Amino acid sequence: MLQYIMRRLLQLIPVLLGMTFIVFLIIRAIPGDPAVVILGQQATEEAVAALRESLGLNNPWYIQYFEYLKNLFTGDLGQSIRTRTAVNEEIWPYLAATFELSIFAIVIAVVIGVNAGIISAWFQNSWFDYTAMVLALIGVSMPIFWLGLMMQYQFSLQWDWLPTTGRENVRDPVNAITNLYVLDTIIQGRFDQTVDVLRHLVMPGLALATIPMAIIARMTRSSMLEVMKSDYIRTARAKGEKMFWVVYKHSLKNAVIPVLTVIGLQTGLLLGGAILTETIFGLPGIGRYIYEAISSRDYPVIQSGILVVAFIFVMINLIVDILYSIVDPRIRYS
Amino acid sequence: MNKKAWLLFFILLLTVSTALFGCSSDNGGGAGEGENNEGGDAQDTLVFGRGGDSVGLDPITVTDGESFKVTKNIFETLVEFGREDTEINPGLAAEWEIAEDGLTYTFKLQEGVTFHDGEPLNAEAVVYNFDRWAQGTEDKFYYYKSMFGGFGDDEGHVIESVTATDDMTVEFKLKRPQAPFLKNLAMSPFGIGSPKAIDEMGDEGFNETPVGTGPFKFVEWKRNERIVIEKYEDYWQEGLPKLNQVIFRSIPENSARLNALTSGEIDLADGVNPSDSTQIEDNAELQLFERPSMNVGYLGLTTTREPFDDPKVRQAMNYAIDRQAIVDAFFEGRAEVAKNPMPSVIAGYNDDIEGYEYDPEKAKELLKEAGLEDGFEMDLWAMPVPRPYMPDGQKVAEAIQNNLSAVGITAEIVTYEWATYLDKARLGEADAFLLGWTGDNGDADNFLYVLLDQDNIGSNNYTYYENQEVHDLLIEAQSEVDEEKRNQIYMEAQEMIHEDAPWVPLAHSTPLMAGSAALKDFVAHPTGSDALAEVYFE
Repeated sequence: MLQYIMRRLLQLIPVLLGMTFIVFLIIRAIPGDPAVVILGQQATEEAVAALRESLGLNNPWYIQYFEYLKNLFTGDLGQSIRTRTAVNEEIWPYLAATFELSIFAIVIAVVIGVNAGIISAWFQNSWFDYTAMVLALIGVSMPIFWLGLMMQYQFSLQWDWLPTTGRENVRDPVNAITNLYVLDTIIQGRFDQTVDVLRHLVMPGLALATIPMAIIARMTRSSMLEVMKSDYIRTARAKGEKMFWVVYKHSLKNAVIPVLTVIGLQTGLLLGGAILTETIFGLPGIGRYIYEAISSRDYPVIQSGILVVAFIFVMINLIVDILYSIVDPRIRYS
Repeated sequence: MNKKAWLLFFILLLTVSTALFGCSSDNGGGAGEGENNEGGDAQDTLVFGRGGDSVGLDPITVTDGESFKVTKNIFETLVEFGREDTEINPGLAAEWEIAEDGLTYTFKLQEGVTFHDGEPLNAEAVVYNFDRWAQGTEDKFYYYKSMFGGFGDDEGHVIESVTATDDMTVEFKLKRPQAPFLKNLAMSPFGIGSPKAIDEMGDEGFNETPVGTGPFKFVEWKRNERIVIEKYEDYWQEGLPKLNQVIFRSIPENSARLNALTSGEIDLADGVNPSDSTQIEDNAELQLFERPSMNVGYLGLTTTREPFDDPKVRQAMNYAIDRQAIVDAFFEGRAEVAKNPMPSVIAGYNDDIEGYEYDPEKAKELLKEAGLEDGFEMDLWAMPVPRPYMPDGQKVAEAIQNNLSAVGITAEIVTYEWATYLDKARLGEADAFLLGWTGDNGDADNFLYVLLDQDNIGSNNYTYYENQEVHDLLIEAQSEVDEEKRNQIYMEAQEMIHEDAPWVPLAHSTPLMAGSAALKDFVAHPTGSDALAEVYFE
């Protein structure tokens, strides 16, 4: 097992290098002088020269690339042109907001999606199955933008249940420690705020969870159907085991592998897919951080933001791979 | 998982969801959040929802409206704009004198003003600020160069010297008269900061934790989430500010922001879609604010590209487009149909000009005179982003396309990502393009010279329009101190521009804002930076 993890980590190296190279190319792919593009045409020559120097644009590309790698290794993600702050200093609060939202969303997606899939498979061709699968189809094709606004209208304006936007009640703001607000409020014993923060998470969480939830439900259903036709399930039932345990214990264990893959992929996609959700619900997450950088041509932020998201994506997939072997000990990696 | 664990899990899930939804009834729900202070005194915290976060809080270093919205309330300028116009009023300077030749301005400072760090405002502090800016560079202090022509010994730099003649008197000497000098000084970027704070924190630190003399002092900034400013107890104007705290929140989506306002999470919302205006007017708990127009949306015709190098074709375009219909359809009527390159609130506006009426026949006639009776093909550039002066570039472009096809012109709509769009248009690569401008200081020079003078080709004169006579007039107006004569010059220039028709001016929109009905004395300022000192809740 440990050996397998080590080997997977080694395999990561070329992936990560490839990733940094592509991200490195983003800024070099700008036609013309990137420094002029970034600063705009009214910029003075000194300013352009200074930026060229700080971006290292005067060297041949391979030296630039190694410089870039060297900086990455020392934790230097460059400096934002717009805010003039180091990216590694300002990126965490955004990442934290997205993490919190993504975790919340994926929990919703998994809990509802997996169970809906299981029940659909259990009662195949029942009304529940049909309803769930039609809902899943609608869910997959749902435009998040519209869904978000409709949810705000219904849950906040009509029913007055949940706050429309933001991460917190700004009139009573959370004192940030880790920037994961749920954690911060618990650490500080402000449970009233914990509830407030969770309430702010419900709508964006649901909106963000809609698509993965639907995909997970469909995947679980088909995977479960396959497993439930196998011999050992028939044996278990013949033995007189209660159906609930047959489904949730015996079948699920074998059906969960492809589901796990989908969950892994979807979790990764959430990080990127959060842009729309973050925009509609006014959340300061990584998606919006990158989006705003794009609209103000803040290339160092675009580069590093993409790199960080890609890195997390790769890591999640690694974790999923490792989870396979834990869930199914038959999988041996020699 | 065993049975017990499942049971536990479901109970937990049930409890959590009940808690999350159920809580709403405890504190009155979403709307309750806005009314936490109800019961006893009136609310004294204002939550201001807007489209984006500030870039920086040292006003001289930034160029975006979102930054000025905040700094306007932390800093004050030597002279101030009126509450709802761009007339000049006393600010940190209680009174001033202008020498006959227009080269010397002497400001007598207001007594008893202190910075938020307790330092006194005196002549030295003002001189310190101007010296700091004059030693800057363009990428650091953009607006200083833009308004005063340069830095230090630069040829174009208008300010020769700024000196403290006594403790409370500052004297500006100019190299040449600059007519809009006072209006420039009143702009938000030239807010006076505490010299001590700037020295101690440096440029970077000051940009994060600004210290001014304004009615509110800076408390906290969490990027993209909130900026908090608080009543400055020792503010020099008796009884102000009336609010205790203002929190700026960014909610990028217009509809979501309005939802947040309706539910009471915010008290004031910037950037309301014109299509939502009736909904707001029908809601007794909300009120609608109209920001006086200080902008223009136009269709630029690149005068260096065929066939738009022919003024007849450009005039034909003006006759061919039905602006009233565009304003009615896409601005929900919340705009004035434009006939000049600047809005009517600006001194020097020429109201005698007869705008080109919608007349396709006349357009065809002009095209025939230009030898284009069979029409022609062109690219029509549509803005990819909504701007106050152009709520929906794509749809406006479609309407124009339709109008043009009626006179035989085939327009293909193209668009680019916003920054690329601006760059390419600036390089003169567009045949015709939608664009607009929001004024900085409410002066005619800020529209006519900036957008249509040959000096600004390659910068904000995107149409490459060149006319020596117009240029001479605009330059003359820049140093004409007599207001009456100056306005006369601008009126003349507008006539020439009207004849040459480098643009199809479309509309001067009225940006909308909405607020809670309990909000009193809020006035939306034409510059987009709203002073909040006198605002209170009923």
